[in-house]
Amino acid sequence: MKFEPWHDPAAKPYVQIEKVTKRFGDFTAVDNVSLSIYRGEFFSLLGGSGSGKTTLLRMLAGFEQPTEGRIFIDGVDMAGIPPYDRPVNMMFQSYALFPHMTVENNVAFGLRQDGVPKDEIRTRVAEMLELVKLTPFAKRKPHQLSGGQRQRVALARSLVKKPKLLLLDEPLGALDKRLREQTQFELVNIQEKLGVTFVVVTHDQEEAMTMSSRIAVMDHGHIAQVGTPTEIYEYPNSRFTAEFIGSVNVFEGNIVESEPDHSLIRSAEAGCDLYVTHAAHLAAGSHCWVAIRPEKVSITKERPADADTGRNVTRGVVREIAYLGDISIYQIDLPSGKRVRATAPNVTRRTELPITWDDEVWLCWRPFAGVVLTD
Amino acid sequence: MPAQDPSQSSPVPAGAAAGLPPVAPRTLKDRVLGVTRRLGLTGRGGVILGPYAWLVLFFFIPFLIVLKISVAEPAVGIPPFTKLVEWVDGGLDLHIRFSGFQALFDDDLYLLAYLNSLKIAFVSTLCCLVIGYPMAYAIATAPEKRRGPLLMLIILPFWTSFLIRVYAWMSILKDEGLLNNLLMGLGLIHEPLKILYSDLAVYIGITYSYLPFMILPLYATLEKMDHTLLEAAADLGARPWKSFLTITLPLSLPGIVAGSLLVFIPAVGEFVIPSLLGGSDTLMIGRELWNLFFNSRDWPSASAVAIALLAFLVGPIMIFQHFQGRDQDKGAA
Repeated sequence: MKFEPWHDPAAKPYVQIEKVTKRFGDFTAVDNVSLSIYRGEFFSLLGGSGSGKTTLLRMLAGFEQPTEGRIFIDGVDMAGIPPYDRPVNMMFQSYALFPHMTVENNVAFGLRQDGVPKDEIRTRVAEMLELVKLTPFAKRKPHQLSGGQRQRVALARSLVKKPKLLLLDEPLGALDKRLREQTQFELVNIQEKLGVTFVVVTHDQEEAMTMSSRIAVMDHGHIAQVGTPTEIYEYPNSRFTAEFIGSVNVFEGNIVESEPDHSLIRSAEAGCDLYVTHAAHLAAGSHCWVAIRPEKVSITKERPADADTGRNVTRGVVREIAYLGDISIYQIDLPSGKRVRATAPNVTRRTELPITWDDEVWLCWRPFAGVVLTD
Repeated sequence: MPAQDPSQSSPVPAGAAAGLPPVAPRTLKDRVLGVTRRLGLTGRGGVILGPYAWLVLFFFIPFLIVLKISVAEPAVGIPPFTKLVEWVDGGLDLHIRFSGFQALFDDDLYLLAYLNSLKIAFVSTLCCLVIGYPMAYAIATAPEKRRGPLLMLIILPFWTSFLIRVYAWMSILKDEGLLNNLLMGLGLIHEPLKILYSDLAVYIGITYSYLPFMILPLYATLEKMDHTLLEAAADLGARPWKSFLTITLPLSLPGIVAGSLLVFIPAVGEFVIPSLLGGSDTLMIGRELWNLFFNSRDWPSASAVAIALLAFLVGPIMIFQHFQGRDQDKGAA
């Protein structure tokens, strides 16, 4: 079953951010952002440092107040509601574990604030520690734990109050690569098991792609694009998103034909015409860019059959090869001086690559591969 | 790190066996270093030697002298006590008398003075804590560029002599002093308050004088506290005062202990403040000590009082050390 409440006009967003702006003095950290996040989503705010993603998260938690605009959580306007009265919990980037309390007491802290009976606190804390596999470490202090264990304590502490909305600030940022990959899946499992809405801040596009139901790409306080991981990857709406997520080849050119079912772009940089099977909504002659992902570029030594058309096929010289085992990344210089990136899976098993440095190769791609971008 | 014997790490046998040219003979510098190392005088040892020498010279040796005097007997002359060891008829004669210590128990004046000193020091420490904690907290949470000037204000009184500041308090607290004139001028009181030459004046004087020693260590612990901990507490539903009680206060405990002991320990032996601000009935051990030394010229008894005072304070000092050590362990983790 597909989980796509954002396509359902009847669905009510759980978190509604309306034209929110946050300024610190002269600096605008978040600039007129509107977002709707639905119940049960794993929503990522993705951006570089200074993109405003953490400020947006802190406004949801109540640590910062919007300069303009409003935030609704479950239909309630959050203006003036302090963090301790919000139905929201947060997992901090630094984890912010209380150093003078045991793991157990750290997790129990939130329940104690609500005056939950002692027996219930005990069982709920035990359940939570079980969930994050920390039961044997209940009596330890945070400084006696490894980074991964601390991360799980922070997660348990923020989940124990069963919040409807959990905010996570770079939840995997402090873990090493292997642990991060493993924890990504654990996090998604926990999120699905408990049915909590997650809003995650991350700068790691791979992390956002793996875990999220939807991603909001942020740049300089603006939202550049909101969409599912595939939408963001396959249909970026700007050069910024295209280049921020994964790697991409961007060719500059001018529209020659602009029809409802296809567009043709002449690009001196690419050394050929680019035929794209979607409408560019641009007048002939306008300036634009075409983005093509490296894995959609085929690289061959033989001249392709349709080379005579002069569309979506060009030639170049291999300058760099990165052999990654499963795939190889080729950097090809075109006569225009443009460097193109192409990846190819290493399907056959051999120690000598079929294509090597300084080989003259043909590059071609299918008509659906390109995306026309206007900025 | 234990001193290393240079011959152990020397690769001579291995080199000789491999047919390499023989190692050059050891220079004088190497030999000197070898000897000092064998004596445990490495660079690190040398650095520690300084403070040790200081402690031995200015603490341990004076302590032994006081200890020696405390077991002598008062005598008329200079110095005003008997010798510990004397040549008598070709033999060594050792005089150890505990009359000085005996006096401590015979006269309950000393016991009362000790207890009163502890009481005054305790109450003053409490006052310093109650006044100093909010001040330290306010400075630690002030914007970063304002903290320096605010700390400066705390340290500023040290630029004036301690004695002069105590004299200033005399003129504030006396019957026709600043405070009484002000209160009478406002019509709040009709007769001057008798504050000077009372225990209250001593409390005021000690609290005022030692307040910076409370504020500085408190500031140091509060300032390095991670602010996100309070955000985390708020996020988990703790109201500000609850966050303070459950997070800020326990985490500032090392600062509270350090500040309290820095006030308490010198306050117990305080002599100048009770002498100048206290009444004739303000009993404090520092004052009795001074009386014994300079009025009665009973050096052995005075030394015994001093040693007993030190014994009283060893406990708190050890608590202080314990907390300091624990704090440093945590910092390293």
